Amino acid sequence: MNMSINEIENEIVEEFEMFDNWIDKYEYLIDLGKSLPKISDSEKTKENIITGCQSQVWLNAKEKDRHIIFYADSDAIMTKGIIAILIRVLSFQKPKDIINAKLEFIEKIGLKEQLSPTRANGLVSMIKKMKIYALGFEQKL
Amino acid sequence: MSDNSDIRNMFPILKSRVNDNDLVYFDNAATTQKSKEVIKELERFYLQENSNIHRGVHHLSQVATDSFELTRKSVKTFINSKFTHEIIFTKGTTDSINLVASSLGRLLKKDDEIIISEMEHHSNIVPWQLCCEISGAKLKIVPINDSGELDMIIFNELLNSKTKIVAITHISNSLGTINPIKEIIKLSHENNAKVLIDGAQSAAHVSIDVQELDVDFYCFSAHKLYGPTGVGVLYGKEEILNQMPPYQGGGEMIKEVSLHKTTYASLPHKFEAGTPNIAGVVAFKKSIDLLENFGLKTIKEHEDALLSYATKELKKIEGLIIVGTSENKSGIISFNINGIHHYDLGVILDKMGIAIRTGHHCTQPVMRKFNIPGTARISFAYYNTFDEIDRCIKAINKAKDMLL
Repeated sequence: MNMSINEIENEIVEEFEMFDNWIDKYEYLIDLGKSLPKISDSEKTKENIITGCQSQVWLNAKEKDRHIIFYADSDAIMTKGIIAILIRVLSFQKPKDIINAKLEFIEKIGLKEQLSPTRANGLVSMIKKMKIYALGFEQKL
Repeated sequence: MSDNSDIRNMFPILKSRVNDNDLVYFDNAATTQKSKEVIKELERFYLQENSNIHRGVHHLSQVATDSFELTRKSVKTFINSKFTHEIIFTKGTTDSINLVASSLGRLLKKDDEIIISEMEHHSNIVPWQLCCEISGAKLKIVPINDSGELDMIIFNELLNSKTKIVAITHISNSLGTINPIKEIIKLSHENNAKVLIDGAQSAAHVSIDVQELDVDFYCFSAHKLYGPTGVGVLYGKEEILNQMPPYQGGGEMIKEVSLHKTTYASLPHKFEAGTPNIAGVVAFKKSIDLLENFGLKTIKEHEDALLSYATKELKKIEGLIIVGTSENKSGIISFNINGIHHYDLGVILDKMGIAIRTGHHCTQPVMRKFNIPGTARISFAYYNTFDEIDRCIKAINKAKDMLL
């Protein structure tokens, strides 16, 4: 049985509580970004690009056993780090749970500013698109 | 100038702490900080003079009108125009360019030509594209070379008897290049074309004399001159402004209105429909006073010194590439570091209290020319210091360690 979205969120919050300065936290994010599997150039299509004013995000999704698996990539490493966290939370979950996810942990780990629409890094649109995928899959199921 | 604490004290926001660090503000090409005098004047206007300007017979309206018109006189002196009524107040540089493109554009015919350059801010591209769509005129583009300079040979080739308008930036906001506008104006006039200069990045950094330049239109924004946001200037030659149809209709700009026909007010009111940003215009005078007290020559010397020091120090960073390497540059440095996305650099510098701008800087054609998605950009003002450059370089090196 997979961990629930809530359980994963709590796990991440605990991990981030270990950091007592921004440098360690950002270095961890950068590491997460670097270890996120890349999407191949051929999969970076016009259909799955999310253009932010600053950085770009590519997002793909597929369905397996009534769960959704997300793949994503970005040209900016900080953005990729946050993508890695979002994928850890939302991938392999049921469409309904993805749609209802509030993702309040982002604020708890002190990265809310990274998800503000003014950052224009594509992440806000990415979360929206993840939910739209979930909605689409749910209607198909 | 080793210690400019007196000048820094004039700008209260420079004492801010950002993410537990003293703020280093290197985003002056986007907007400059405001002096205490400007901020105080905004308050004074609302406390003592607030009223709508022009046509009011009561005391406050007269006082407010006088203050408003005093700024127009200041701008006239500041750029040395022949007449005060050649100074039109707008919302900003973008608004000034749109005014000319829309109004003068109505006098264009199919097959007329407009010349802009590859290094223009989107604000000096899109209004002309709209103008071409409506009039059928054609847009011609002066390319830039690898140093980020205009190709003057091609510019010369593009000029012909069909050229009606040449719209070029004085200083590139993403490359820092100072363009040879005097030569551009002279060559354009030889072909009977009118010239608009986008002075958004220049008016606070180099001395402007519109009569000596013989320029037809010169546009700039108060907020990049240590003044309030929402105030811009369009300078235009009297003779041309008189020939142009009004841009927007409304109050203030009319002489007489009947339900079928309206006659228009004389300059500058013909182009100032509606209630303007009165407090902003009034306070703008304080920032012009400040620039005149500092002296554009002194400002330029200091900013040139900052530019050459920062360029020298940045070049020491391995893998750092400066975009825009003209010999003739203003205090703007765009750069990239191999293997690092500009966004990541901007986010990490912000954590260290350093405000820079990242992205395409509203000049996507420039980014396309250099085949990059964007740059990190440092831009200076008179209050910046060598010490701040040292802190910025240190922070860039730290960011590089973290990101690579």
